[in-house]
Amino acid sequence: MARAVSTRRKVVFTILAWSVALLLFFPILYTVITSVKTEGEAISGFSLIPSFTFENYVEVQTQRDYWRPFTNSVVLSLLSTFVALVIAVPAAWAMAFSPTPRTKDILMWMLSTKMMPAVAVLVPIYLLFRDWGLLDTRTGLTFMLTMINLPIVVWMLYTYFREIPGEILEAARMDGATLWGEIAYVLTPMAIPGIASTMLLNIILAWNESFWTIRLTTTNSAPLTAFIASFSSPQGLFWAKLSAASTLAIAPILIMGWFSQKQLVRGLTFGAVK
Amino acid sequence: MGRITLSKVNKTFGATTVIPGIDLEIENGEFVVFVGPSGCGKSTLLRLIAGLEDTSSGKISIDGRDVTGEAPAKRGLAMVFQSYALYPHMSVYNNIAFPLKMAGTDKAVIDAKVRDAARILNLTNYLERRPGQLSGGQRQRVAIGRAIVRAPSAFLFDEPLSNLDAALRGTMRLEISELHQKLGTTMIYVTHDQVEAMTMADKIVVLQAGNIEQVGSPMDLYNRPANLFVAGFIGSPRMNLATGAAAERYGAHTVGIRPEHLKLSTAEGVWTGTVGVAEHLGSDTFLHVDVKDIGAMTVRAPGETALRHGDTVYLTPEESRLHRFDKSGLAVR
Repeated sequence: MARAVSTRRKVVFTILAWSVALLLFFPILYTVITSVKTEGEAISGFSLIPSFTFENYVEVQTQRDYWRPFTNSVVLSLLSTFVALVIAVPAAWAMAFSPTPRTKDILMWMLSTKMMPAVAVLVPIYLLFRDWGLLDTRTGLTFMLTMINLPIVVWMLYTYFREIPGEILEAARMDGATLWGEIAYVLTPMAIPGIASTMLLNIILAWNESFWTIRLTTTNSAPLTAFIASFSSPQGLFWAKLSAASTLAIAPILIMGWFSQKQLVRGLTFGAVK
Repeated sequence: MGRITLSKVNKTFGATTVIPGIDLEIENGEFVVFVGPSGCGKSTLLRLIAGLEDTSSGKISIDGRDVTGEAPAKRGLAMVFQSYALYPHMSVYNNIAFPLKMAGTDKAVIDAKVRDAARILNLTNYLERRPGQLSGGQRQRVAIGRAIVRAPSAFLFDEPLSNLDAALRGTMRLEISELHQKLGTTMIYVTHDQVEAMTMADKIVVLQAGNIEQVGSPMDLYNRPANLFVAGFIGSPRMNLATGAAAERYGAHTVGIRPEHLKLSTAEGVWTGTVGVAEHLGSDTFLHVDVKDIGAMTVRAPGETALRHGDTVYLTPEESRLHRFDKSGLAVR
C-alpha cells in the first residue's frame, strides 16, 4: 500500500526542494544576471535587477576570440571522452565479467588517484609536458583529460556492466557467439544506456576541467576555462565581462545537460536501484 | 546423436573440491535428471558438460569425441538457464534466431526454423514481442525455442522451472516431457525438486557433495535405494526411518518404510503411536504419528479417514517393503 502523504507535508517538501534547487542554481543565475549589467552596476553591490545590456557579450567577443577556445573545448571534451571510453569499455568489461582476486584492489587504486590533490603532481607533469613538447597542444591536453577522468569512467561502466546478468553472456556463448559477437550483438546493445550516460558525464567533466587546462595551455589549445580566466587579468577585474565570458563558456554544456538530464540522472544513480 | 560420457571428471575451485571425480554414461535419447540438495555440485556438473566451466581433470566425450577442451558452442549442445537468459533487447523472433545467425545460416532457412519452433512451442503470436512483455512460462518457452532451432545433440536444462509458480511448473513439466518424446534428443535436466526428477526422468543421478550416490530409473531408486541418503531424498513424503531396537528386530542398523507401506489399525500392530497432524489431500490423508520409542512417522491413509488428532493407532510395516541399512548407511540386500 502506498504511504499516504498529507497535503501540508507535500507543500512543505515542495518548497524545501525548490529552495535547495534555487540555492544550488543561484551562482549560475547570478553570473547570468551580472553578465547583462554594466560594469558600474556589477561592482556596486548585490542587485538582482540588471539593466539588460548586451555590451559585455559584444565586448568579450571583440576583445578575445571566442570561437577558438570554444572549438578547443568541443574537440578536447569529445576526443578525451572517446579515448577514455575506448580504454575503459574493455577494462570495465574484463573486471566485471572475469574478475580476479585483485580486481577490487585495482579499482580502489584507480579511485585513489582521484583523492590526490592535482597540484601535488603539477611540477613533474609540467616538466614532462615541456620535455615532450606537449605544452599548449590538443594532443597533450586530450591525454591529460583522458587520464584524469579514466578512473571515474571505468568505475561507472564497471558498476553498470555488473548489472548485466552473466547468464546472458553464457547463453550467447552457448549459442555460438564469438567474443566479438558477444560484445557486438549482446553486451553493447544492453550496455548502451550506461555507456551513453557515462559519455555525457565525462564530456561535462572534461568541459569543466580548469586546473590542468589553464596550467598546460596558453593560446593554441586553450579551452573555454582558460578563456574565462583570461578576463581576470591583466587590466584588473571586470565582473560584468567576466560573467559574460563565463556564461558563454557554460552555456553549451548547460544546454546539453538540459536535454540529456534523463540519461544523466540514470547514470549517476545506477547501481542504486534495481 | 547425443551419447555423453564422463570419465573421472574432477572440478576444483581453488582449494575447494566441488566434484571429486565422476564417471557417468548418458545414452543417446535419454532423459537424465541430476538431482540433489543445493550445493551438491549438480549445476557445476552440467556447466562442465556445457563447457561453461573448465574441468580440472578427467575427460568428457560426446559421441566418442573428446570435447574436454572445446568451447561451449563447438560441443553442439544447447542450454536452457534458470533465469531464462533471454536477450532483453531482441524480439522473440530474434532471440530464437540468434544461434542460427551466429552460425551464419541462410536467412530463408532461419525464418523457416524459427517459425517451426514457434509453432511447436505456441509462440507464433508473440514473435514480435520483447521478452519483457512475456509471462514467465512464455519466456521459458522462448528459451527452449532458442535451444531447439540449433538441433543440438543434447539439451541441458539448469533448474528451468524454479522461477515459475506451482501450477505453471506442472504444465511446463509436462510440456518438456512431451518435447522429449517428440524430438527424441538426449536431455540432461538439473533440479533440486525430487518430484520433477521422478516424473520426468528415464534415469536419475542422485548427487551429494559432488559424488554420485546412485544412478537408476525413478522406480528403481524409489524401490531399491542404495543408501540412506537416496532413501531419504527420493519420495514425498519422505521415507520413515527407525533405528535402535525397532530396527534390530528386523536385523538391521536402520530400517526404512515408505508411508504407503505401513498398515494402519486401531486395534493392533507392531508399533503404537498417537496421531499428531492429519494432512487431508482429498485423495489421501497423510497422518503424522508420534510412535513410541521411534519418533515421528508419516502414514498414508485413505482420503476419507475418520482418524483425528490424539487418536491412538497401531502401525505394522509390510515386511517385503522394508528397507534395511547397515551401520554405514548402505542398503542391506
